[in-house]
Amino acid sequence: MSTAQADPGAPSSAPIRTKRVLPGFTLSLGTTLLYLTLIVLIPVIALILKGAEMGPARFWAIVSSPRAVAAFQITLTAAVIATIFNALYGLLMAWVLVRYEFRGKRILDALMDVPFALPTAVAGLSLTALFSANGWFGAVLHPAGIPVVYTIWGIALAMAFTSVPFVVRTVQPVLEDMDPALEEAAVTLGARPWTIFTRVVFPAILPAWLAGCTIAFARSLGEFGAIVFIAGNLPFRTEIAALLAFIRLEEFDYNGAAAIALVLLVFALILLLVSNLLQYWASRYREGNR
Amino acid sequence: MSTVALNHLPSQSRLQSRHGQRVLIGLAVGLTLLFIVAPMAYIFARAFSRGWDVYVANILHPVTLHAIWLTTITAIIVVPINVAFGIAAAWAVAKHRFPGRGILVTIIEIPFSISPIIAGVCYLFLYGRQGLLGPWLQANDLQVIFALPGIVLVTMFVTAPFVAREVLPLMQAQGTEQEQAAVTLGASGWQVFRRVTLPNIKWALLYGAVLCTARAVGEFGGVAVVSGNIRGQTNTLPLHVELLFNDLNAVGAFAAASTLTLIAIVALVVKALLESRKSG
Repeated sequence: MSTAQADPGAPSSAPIRTKRVLPGFTLSLGTTLLYLTLIVLIPVIALILKGAEMGPARFWAIVSSPRAVAAFQITLTAAVIATIFNALYGLLMAWVLVRYEFRGKRILDALMDVPFALPTAVAGLSLTALFSANGWFGAVLHPAGIPVVYTIWGIALAMAFTSVPFVVRTVQPVLEDMDPALEEAAVTLGARPWTIFTRVVFPAILPAWLAGCTIAFARSLGEFGAIVFIAGNLPFRTEIAALLAFIRLEEFDYNGAAAIALVLLVFALILLLVSNLLQYWASRYREGNR
Repeated sequence: MSTVALNHLPSQSRLQSRHGQRVLIGLAVGLTLLFIVAPMAYIFARAFSRGWDVYVANILHPVTLHAIWLTTITAIIVVPINVAFGIAAAWAVAKHRFPGRGILVTIIEIPFSISPIIAGVCYLFLYGRQGLLGPWLQANDLQVIFALPGIVLVTMFVTAPFVAREVLPLMQAQGTEQEQAAVTLGASGWQVFRRVTLPNIKWALLYGAVLCTARAVGEFGGVAVVSGNIRGQTNTLPLHVELLFNDLNAVGAFAAASTLTLIAIVALVVKALLESRKSG
């Protein structure tokens, strides 16, 4: 593990001398690096430079202003609610889709990709109309005194909708790959279904589940298109951080926009790193099981 | 086919009680109907609420048609570039060993975790009037922000990982043995790719391209920042949906949204067909 050459992905039989036998390495790596530099890295660096330009005092003043703090709090709270829902719903979907056979399973599986394929603005428009007083769901919820539109619940709903596939699609392959012998052994030893799930299945899928939830959380923090429709966008009440950055841009307050965007950027990068470490842990766990 | 699958899982069917299984399936289907299907169905219900004629009139409105055209052009430019990038990235990472592979994969995934709004802000601070390249662009009379190039660039950023993410795991799982055999037999690099690798990854590649198209067509936040939302000029279809919504033209907004939903449905059907191809 400590040696640089040991690669968990490499088949153990592959000798090291075949390392660069295949052609096109320079071309493909060069293209990849050039494209990533131009399209991803340089723009991200432009934002970081813009943030550095204003100096720490100015940066802190913007980020700690009451309206910005409120926006961060609202974004975080709604993202936590959305991620808790997705953690449970996503796990249920992955479990049902991998473990059971039933009619319409293929359709159900395809439906899990809807939030990926459906434009976020369309999702936001539809959810807003569905839950507003004269919509299908709002007509039931409003008289019951549960307003969803223009509340933090609406924001969480939009976040949950746009990020749920990340949980399902991360847990699904791990569940599919699980060695049935483990569960068979547990059955033989007399374990009950719930014990088998909590003691055998859940520990095996835990890293992937957490990785999926982390990415879903990161997406929720950054979601914009779906939320602007449903949130009502009241400062201090239902204004999310991404929207505040957008508003600052429209006011030509470029430092304000840069500072808020930078905070969101750092959050996103940390969460991406955490998710990838969890995935790495998950792959090691699977290797160890074999 | 389903009986075969059931025979593969004797232990599972034994350890799960039939009752619990039915409850979980019911819960999954019910939640999905409410949470995923209802929003999609509602778009069409509202789009056609005033009848077919109003729907057609909304779609054929010149500003809507321009938005459709702009969105189409953007996708036509972005998708082939990101397909090429996805193949190059997957080939480099999956078929070769080099230091920093893990970091490279993480960098490829950056656009996934970053808010599209932030992507837009990044591009504004690079190409905008206040940006790093702003003065140079102005001196040469080049406009990127509030114009098509800005829309295309941000869309490229947002959709960059889609093809790579579909192709990379598959290429990694397939290993390099077939390619190495082809090289040993004297095939050139291009021949190896076209005759050996491409047939193996074609379905994943197509699916990645379909998803990339769906996302490129639907991109909202990033484009909202860099396009300037000029009606009839830099207004893409998703931005047009918001504009109509803010104009309190709900039926128009739903009509425009329905075209985007159709694209999403086509993407999902293509995916389902590709998967049955793969397994069958």
